[in-house]
Amino acid sequence: MNRTSFRKLLAPSVAVLALSISLTACGASNEAGAESGGDTSEAGGLSGDLNGAGASSQEKAQGAWSTGFQGMNDGNVTVNYDPVGSGDGRTNFIEGGVSFAGSDSYLNDDEGELTAAKERCGGEDPIEVPAYVSPIAVAFNLEGVDALNLDADTIAQIFDNKITKWNDKAIADQNPDATLPDLAITPVHRSDDSGTTKNFTDYLGKASGSWSYEAEDAFPVKGGEAAEGTSGVISAVSGGTGTIGYADESQVGDLSVVSVKVGEEYVAPSAEGAAKVVETSPAAEGRADVDMAVDIDRTTTESGAYPVVLLSYLIACQTYEDQAEADLVKGYLSYIVSDEGQAAAAEEAGSAPLSASVAEQAQSIVDAISAG
Amino acid sequence: MATIAADQKTGPARLGDRVFSATALAAGIAILLALAGVFIFLAIEGVPGLAKPAEFYGEASNFWGYVAPLLFGTVLAAVIALIVAVPLAWGIALVVSHYAPRSIATPIAYVIDLLAAVPSVVFGLWGISVLARHLQPGYVWLDENMGWLPFFAGPASGTGRTILTAGLVLAIMILPIITAISREVFSQTPRLHEEAALALGATRWEMIRMAVFPYARSGMVSAVMLGLGRALGETMAVAMVLSAGGGISLNLISSSNPASIASNIASNYKEGTPGKIQVLIATGLVLFLVTFLVNFAARWIVTRNERKLAR
Amino acid sequence: MSLATAPARPTSEPVAFTQAKLPRLAPALVGVVAVAAAALPVLLLGWGLIAWALVAGVLYLVALPAWARVVEGPRGAADRMVTGLVWAACLVAIVPLVSLLYTVVDRGLPAINSTFLTYSMYRTELDQEVGIYHALVGTLLITLGAAVISVPIGIMAAIYLIEYGKGSRLARWITFLVDVMTGIPSIVAGLFAFSLFILIFGPSTRVGIGGSVALSLLMIPVVVRSTEEMLRLVPADLREASYALGVPKWRTIVKVVLPTALGGIVTGVTLAIARVVGETAPLLLIAGLTTRTNFNVFSERMTTLPVLIYTQNANPGIAETPGGTPPGIEIAWGGALVLILIVMMLNLVARVIGAIFAPKTGH
Repeated sequence: MNRTSFRKLLAPSVAVLALSISLTACGASNEAGAESGGDTSEAGGLSGDLNGAGASSQEKAQGAWSTGFQGMNDGNVTVNYDPVGSGDGRTNFIEGGVSFAGSDSYLNDDEGELTAAKERCGGEDPIEVPAYVSPIAVAFNLEGVDALNLDADTIAQIFDNKITKWNDKAIADQNPDATLPDLAITPVHRSDDSGTTKNFTDYLGKASGSWSYEAEDAFPVKGGEAAEGTSGVISAVSGGTGTIGYADESQVGDLSVVSVKVGEEYVAPSAEGAAKVVETSPAAEGRADVDMAVDIDRTTTESGAYPVVLLSYLIACQTYEDQAEADLVKGYLSYIVSDEGQAAAAEEAGSAPLSASVAEQAQSIVDAISAG
Repeated sequence: MATIAADQKTGPARLGDRVFSATALAAGIAILLALAGVFIFLAIEGVPGLAKPAEFYGEASNFWGYVAPLLFGTVLAAVIALIVAVPLAWGIALVVSHYAPRSIATPIAYVIDLLAAVPSVVFGLWGISVLARHLQPGYVWLDENMGWLPFFAGPASGTGRTILTAGLVLAIMILPIITAISREVFSQTPRLHEEAALALGATRWEMIRMAVFPYARSGMVSAVMLGLGRALGETMAVAMVLSAGGGISLNLISSSNPASIASNIASNYKEGTPGKIQVLIATGLVLFLVTFLVNFAARWIVTRNERKLAR
Repeated sequence: MSLATAPARPTSEPVAFTQAKLPRLAPALVGVVAVAAAALPVLLLGWGLIAWALVAGVLYLVALPAWARVVEGPRGAADRMVTGLVWAACLVAIVPLVSLLYTVVDRGLPAINSTFLTYSMYRTELDQEVGIYHALVGTLLITLGAAVISVPIGIMAAIYLIEYGKGSRLARWITFLVDVMTGIPSIVAGLFAFSLFILIFGPSTRVGIGGSVALSLLMIPVVVRSTEEMLRLVPADLREASYALGVPKWRTIVKVVLPTALGGIVTGVTLAIARVVGETAPLLLIAGLTTRTNFNVFSERMTTLPVLIYTQNANPGIAETPGGTPPGIEIAWGGALVLILIVMMLNLVARVIGAIFAPKTGH
């Protein structure tokens, strides 16, 4: 019998294992300074890990915020944000898995989430502050056409498969200067559930008379082209011909965007327009003082306002049992709603900074977070 | 002396045997327990999802109406994948094991194994940005020229992200595993059987049909089953490539396709409220039961064939 | 058993020991003619390269068997046909692979530099450079954990199925259920591991080892099935020879059966690793996401490469210059290239180990 045994095999395997562990056991080059610099006295002076989870729409913005916050505290803090989705983020928060959640829609009691969140926060109302505002652009890919003016009714009928040709009268009437081809329209929607879809269908439902569906996370019209995620919609729209879709304005890149009819004028998506509509929208009814839930005014006629926006919240508690956790949440959230925080997100994620009055109110709520 | 040595060895040898066989048995039972764990978890979390109020099921009014198109999409994509991948895989496996000289066979085998190394996210990225875009004109052509077939009824998708594309991506993904196992079993065919067949004047193909295939049959079937399992359960690539949202339809080239169960879970889990997640997990339970049934059927066919052969 | 089905040859005529054969260069000749003939319609109708290849392939597959049928008879024709088909299968399969690799290298290579490989994504200022080091570490450790869990269980279970439990009811059930296990969607495995860890360790649990558990659920069936096939193919003579020498069964398995099947087992394990190393869904749920490097699979979050690729692609951020590639997309493709390279290397190592330790057989 030959002596090839597993004992022989073991030696090189262990060697490989040891090698790989010794190779990996040194930290990333960029972390070395931060880890050794144990001086916690300066600037923010906080340390430790802060965990959050929620809407994937906030991911890039959270990246910017955590960077700024970590910088303020000399790299002694690590903020982890799991972009697991709004629903899962809220569930994680309610179960106590994370200290704060990011959510594309505010807590409600359809499935008892608001009550459950209240329980999680020791009986106190949970904090909800707007953190991330992003205009949703209606983007299209049509050769020879760089810009379109459309009202809510026309957009609704396009996405409901009622208007099927680019040279339809409804489109042509609003765009006398454009040369519209006799080409089929391919509307592209999100295949996954998303806050973007919910906000977009909410807009269609409220601003147009011809959209008969409820505002939902899942796109309600059967059939049609569907794509996974914002990046999926963008690549489907830019890859097809005669396509039109909706996505975060920061992500549309080279695609042409629709100017939406607000009042008597057509407004292109912009950060200022989005922030404006959030500012002028009424607060949701029956909410606590610390809850800044807003019902966005989709039918606004305010000049310059752009009503197709996604508003994403941060959800947290007023008091935490642990002092360190309370300090971290308070510090982080207050950085997020600050001018620097909003500017960082605008640079990194292309979001719209909160308007001064909204930011001020959010700041006062967040500053009251304490340990208890 | 020999007897003494044997006597001395009996004690520890028996002990070693007992320990070893107990460990092996324990490993087998551990697998059963793990599977039972998954099943129990799915059942506990999923059963409440079977009977939710109608609004949880979107367009459909009950659970079965909700899961039927998903199940159809899952099976359709997997079947397309198998139809494309299995003949290719067996062909490649034969080239590696019997046709190509060693200096070519090894690189081919390596290159195909490389496909297994591509993460499903990357298949998804590639499927959207390269494959779907290149297939789209083909779909237009199929729609225009073969539209009388229900498979190509159209209207052709504007982006090429159809269930046929998803099936083809799945086919590429399951190719390596079917190839790898098939080629191993092909190359294990006893040399004597092969040479006996050749000596009897068989051509190479006849030798393969009569000496290699019968010997490798069980391995070929399990290779296909592993591929099928992966095709049924593949999540991210399908979620990224497929333009989902349609109902049950044999139309392979339009833009409204049924989603697959796994991709539907992945797409909708993120924003799901607890009630909706129960519905999604219930669909996972259905997928679990379907793989159960498919394997049951496959096993039954194999045993029946083996009996026929034995006769 | 296998040869019993061979049809008896008619023996009424005297058998000619040598048959008419096509010249050795016939396949090459037909190939050149097919390519040339296909060029005609392609040039006339203005089709592309793909159509040319297709037409040439079909012509070859028709012409060579037809010629062989005339010279060598139907059996020779069938043989030529199959030879052509299996080679065609190879070529067809290599096309998407080349396209895929080209895409990944083309888009991923620009992102890769020493910073990319040695930095994590932990930043304290917005304009700092980032890398994927933390995800690399996470992927290696979590996959290693999954392999440590599933390889012993998988191989031992296969040994039970083939060597001990053969034909028993329990073995039949295990074989069957292992097949069922291959159909578990990865996200369900993730959900299971997630619920399990939350049940045991509380709701805030996000640990690397949880990812290993989820991945091992996906790995085990592949390991068991491939090992089982390889063990089944070890000739019974070898085992009997060993028994006849008085070697106990377990030593026979360890010293004779496993080494004989080692090549195949290593291939199976490598494939299993390749299958799970790119999984996204389960890891997103249970292993979480962090910007820092974590070496401890038993505590805190760990980023893995597939999760990083997925999240970076989903939310790529905005490009520095209008119309440029957003930073997330660059990171995603760079990460994809690195991930493929890692698995390639694993593959190569496994192959070398398999080649060194496989006993020399007649094959």
